Amino acid sequence: MSAIEPVRPRDPRVPVSPQLAFRVAIIGGVVMVIFGVIFFRLWYLQVLSGEQYVQQADNNGARHLPISAPRGEILDREGQPIVSSTVTNAVRIVPDELPAGISSQVAEYQQSLAAAEAVRSEKVKQLSGYEAALGGVRHKTHAQRRELERLQQETGPPRVAVPPLPRSASTLRELFRRLGRVIHLSSRTIDEDIVEGVTATPYAPVTVKTSAPGALTVLGERADEFPGVVQEPVSLREYPDGEMAAQVLGYVGEVNTTELKSPVFRGVQQGTIVGQAGLEYYYDHYLSGVPGVQRIAVNAEGQPVPSKLTPTPPRPGHILQTTLDLGLQRASEKALLEGMEHARAGGKPAIAGGFVALDPLNGEVLAMGSSPTFDPNKFAKPLTEAEYKSLTGRTGDEPGRLTDLADEGEYPTGSTFKPITAMAALEAGVITPTEGLGAGQCIYVSTEKFCNAGLADYGSVGLVEALKVSSDTYFFTVGKLANEHGGEIIQKKAKELGVGEPTGIDLPSEFPGVVPSRKWLAEENQLESKCQHEHHGQPCYIVAEPGAPWTVGYNMDLAVGQGDLLTDPLQMAVAYSTLANAYRNGGNGTVVTPHLGKQIDEANHNLVQTLRFPSRHVRLNYEDLSLVMEGIHDAASEQGGTSTPVWVGWNQEEDPVYGKTGTAERTGHVEQSWYMCYIGNAQRPIVIAVTVEEGGFGAETAAPIARLIASQWYGKPKKFVPGSSQTR
Amino acid sequence: MSPLSPIKPAEEAAQAPAPRTLRLPLDPLMTLAVIGLGVCSVITLKAATSNLAREQLGDAHYYVNRQAIYLTIGFALMIGVSRLDYARLRRYKNAIYAALLVSILAVLGLGRSANGAVRSINFPLFSFQASEIGKVLLIVALSAFIVERSRRLRERDTTVRVLIAALVPAMFVIAQPDLGSGLVYMTIACMLLFVAGTSWRHLAGLAALVCVAIAFVLVAGPAVGVHVLKPYQVERLTAFLHPTSSQKEAEAKEREAKEGVPDPTYQQQESKIAIGSGGKTGRGANASQVPYGFVPESDTDFVFAALGEKYGFVGAGLVLLLYALLISRTLRVLLMAKDLFGSLIAAGVAAMLIFQVFVNVGMTIGIMPITGVTLPLMSYGGSSVIATLLSVGLLQSIYVQARTSAALKGRVLRY
Repeated sequence: MSAIEPVRPRDPRVPVSPQLAFRVAIIGGVVMVIFGVIFFRLWYLQVLSGEQYVQQADNNGARHLPISAPRGEILDREGQPIVSSTVTNAVRIVPDELPAGISSQVAEYQQSLAAAEAVRSEKVKQLSGYEAALGGVRHKTHAQRRELERLQQETGPPRVAVPPLPRSASTLRELFRRLGRVIHLSSRTIDEDIVEGVTATPYAPVTVKTSAPGALTVLGERADEFPGVVQEPVSLREYPDGEMAAQVLGYVGEVNTTELKSPVFRGVQQGTIVGQAGLEYYYDHYLSGVPGVQRIAVNAEGQPVPSKLTPTPPRPGHILQTTLDLGLQRASEKALLEGMEHARAGGKPAIAGGFVALDPLNGEVLAMGSSPTFDPNKFAKPLTEAEYKSLTGRTGDEPGRLTDLADEGEYPTGSTFKPITAMAALEAGVITPTEGLGAGQCIYVSTEKFCNAGLADYGSVGLVEALKVSSDTYFFTVGKLANEHGGEIIQKKAKELGVGEPTGIDLPSEFPGVVPSRKWLAEENQLESKCQHEHHGQPCYIVAEPGAPWTVGYNMDLAVGQGDLLTDPLQMAVAYSTLANAYRNGGNGTVVTPHLGKQIDEANHNLVQTLRFPSRHVRLNYEDLSLVMEGIHDAASEQGGTSTPVWVGWNQEEDPVYGKTGTAERTGHVEQSWYMCYIGNAQRPIVIAVTVEEGGFGAETAAPIARLIASQWYGKPKKFVPGSSQTR
Repeated sequence: MSPLSPIKPAEEAAQAPAPRTLRLPLDPLMTLAVIGLGVCSVITLKAATSNLAREQLGDAHYYVNRQAIYLTIGFALMIGVSRLDYARLRRYKNAIYAALLVSILAVLGLGRSANGAVRSINFPLFSFQASEIGKVLLIVALSAFIVERSRRLRERDTTVRVLIAALVPAMFVIAQPDLGSGLVYMTIACMLLFVAGTSWRHLAGLAALVCVAIAFVLVAGPAVGVHVLKPYQVERLTAFLHPTSSQKEAEAKEREAKEGVPDPTYQQQESKIAIGSGGKTGRGANASQVPYGFVPESDTDFVFAALGEKYGFVGAGLVLLLYALLISRTLRVLLMAKDLFGSLIAAGVAAMLIFQVFVNVGMTIGIMPITGVTLPLMSYGGSSVIATLLSVGLLQSIYVQARTSAALKGRVLRY
């Protein structure tokens, strides 16, 4: 700076005095600090935390829609698909985005619902009053039954009509009409669905059509003509065979609030389709894939804007290969229905039945089914209350269709239990195989009579003969002797072989079974006294004679598979499989865990995991076992055997049949028909269990069904050959 | 210029080494800063308003065009004012002060409301925000007052009178309600006192008074039931202390939709997200927060968020550097002014710029309370732009006058 002589004028100009310079320096300093702070903060926000804010910005500006993952297929043992999935577009309405509100309709509807509910609770009171009045009456008259039905119907869910759209809602009506034309629904139906949906789950989109492939392009290209309408890809489960193996396969549905809380469905998002029953439920973890995410950029008002956001593709579910043999399953179901028809033609009600076909060596379930049954495809759409009731509860005498009687039935087994009794008695030394027992028509114990069916008299017979002709008096005697012997040997043997315990099958639920014993009786008495206490001394009849101790009668009933014994075809099949595989293996038996799952594959069919199931070793006396097996082989092949007529023409050399009929009595009902058999083919052995409620004698109905099943398995021509044995 | 000062002959002055400064009678760096900010403003507004303008008005460049016009007019005014001798304004101080009061009262009386505030009068082609222009008027008037009392600056009487002179228009402005501008007025007054040479004791007393006032207005007063500020104003001031959660954001959005005033916590949170997501160099075309309306007022008070999101740290840093340049040049003008009046005007302008830049930028990055001050030259708004450029014009005038008088006196200062 070249300075020329400074001049000092005397006008009011304050020179840059030190004080001013100081003050300006302070200002300068403050400014620098301010800018420093701002720069640091910006550095922190943008450079250091930039990633996090980009995330937040993206979250702000994006809506996430789940893309449902295609569910894994379920295959049979050969790899043939039984259940598969297709991806289709569901048409949904987002109520908040409709051009006009439906809130007035919804409010009205809710009011009507509340009023109807009030009426219903009145009726419920009436119904319970009537039921209490009828009390313990076991056989209701026709009029009483009608009255009951009427009241029951009236207490069903209220049928409330959705109020119509108000006259002023012309935009909405137009929209529904336009939409209805595209997805082939009436505008009224669409309106009703939306109102009902919003009432049930407010703020959630309402599905108006689960699959509308024809509407895909129209709704996509002309989206602005359909405000509030969205399309979402959904995976639809298909059961091409309809009712076949329905209870075993199960069905799928949207996960509900209770399920979301359970650890079984941990990590599952709301709105995902999950298995609700059967294998679909049990293996849901494998079958469900991982849903993908579709990202839509939106602006501050939530309207979509163009973007380059990439979706995350869904991961398809794994494939479940089962042990089922599709051909065998189809044939078995057909056979069951044929058997039931035949029984009905003979005057028996034959309303329900179940069957299991097991591989006795490893517990693989080759076929398993129950009638009446249902079509899982129906669960793709929401069910009405009436439909759901018919599926779950017993209506009149029919069991619920969802119930798999093969593993959830609760029945006495009749004579099919006898081989177990025999094994128990022989091994404990309570009887010898040759001693003759059971002469006469009946056995008398104090005041009670235990008789053969039809009051037949087989005379005094040995074990093998007793099994062949199914002499009740023989086995009543064994039961009596076992009771005197003590140690509850029959009960122990039953549990050892697999009856009275859950089998561990890979299905969501099974009946654990009841084998009457002293301990069991004590527990029942306790329940009875508690119940009586609650009902002011009135007997509840949980036990037939409250407070009475164990008597020999209980054991005698058990010995022939009657009394309070309750089990299902699956447990019996496991028990017979144990006998069978021990028989093939010198007495070293395995109590197998019956299972339907064989292996898990990835969607591209690469093996992920072979499913393994535990088993239990059991040692049986081979001599005793051989005699028992001889007995039931004779029953199916020798003159006088209870099911010999059923197996006429069967090649017993190659495929020897070891079969036992059973006719279980249930008070107030026609007898239940049972048949258990093991067919000892060297390469392809099989154990078949069949039961038909109110089907008559074992040889009449269940045994011929078993022969049909076996025919399919061994490729023999199918013939329905009923027997005529009138034994139990 | 005193008649008693010896004057070197003109020839000598002419023979003195020719200054290496530019021939233009403008401070080059200051002008550069202003032009730079103007360009940045237009660019940033394009990012901030294209979508909004296209949707609401059918013309994506609506706001950009108008801002360009305002900038051009302002720039012309700046050049015009720079050619005047600012010292002449001293004479009109009373008229200027009166004009200030009248215009503010007129707005209170006749103005139209925006967001519940009556801040401007709508004329056919533009809207006139009195509080913005008022800043310039106040700077000039107050500076003139202080110069009148330049010998009595140490007296408490002077301090008090200056403060009251600023407080009166400030109160009217706050009543509009425009708290931000009111605070700017008071800051100008304080700065002028500081630079003019008020005693440290007075300044300390003033600082204490400010603290008490804040405590009263924000905390004690509402507790007793005395509301100087409206509740939403208090909320806006304290919002930056409570970062929000996403649930609160949803509630805030609802409230915004209902009341029409953006919820402060939501606004600041969004602003931080927008700026933060800009990263080092900005999101450019991927910017989503500002273009899709997540940041309210992103063309006016929160224009820095638009800048930060689109151009990142680099862009924001550049603009901040331009402001730093402008402020530093203002301070230089303060030091080189030929008289006290000039220094004071420069100080007032500096106060205005510093306060507005710090509070506005601070508010967008979440370290300052939300007050309605605009970012000079960047925010969209004719009154703000023109007021700022008028003030810069005054600065240029002071600069020119200083250089001329120094040259006449034979002093040549080289930069």
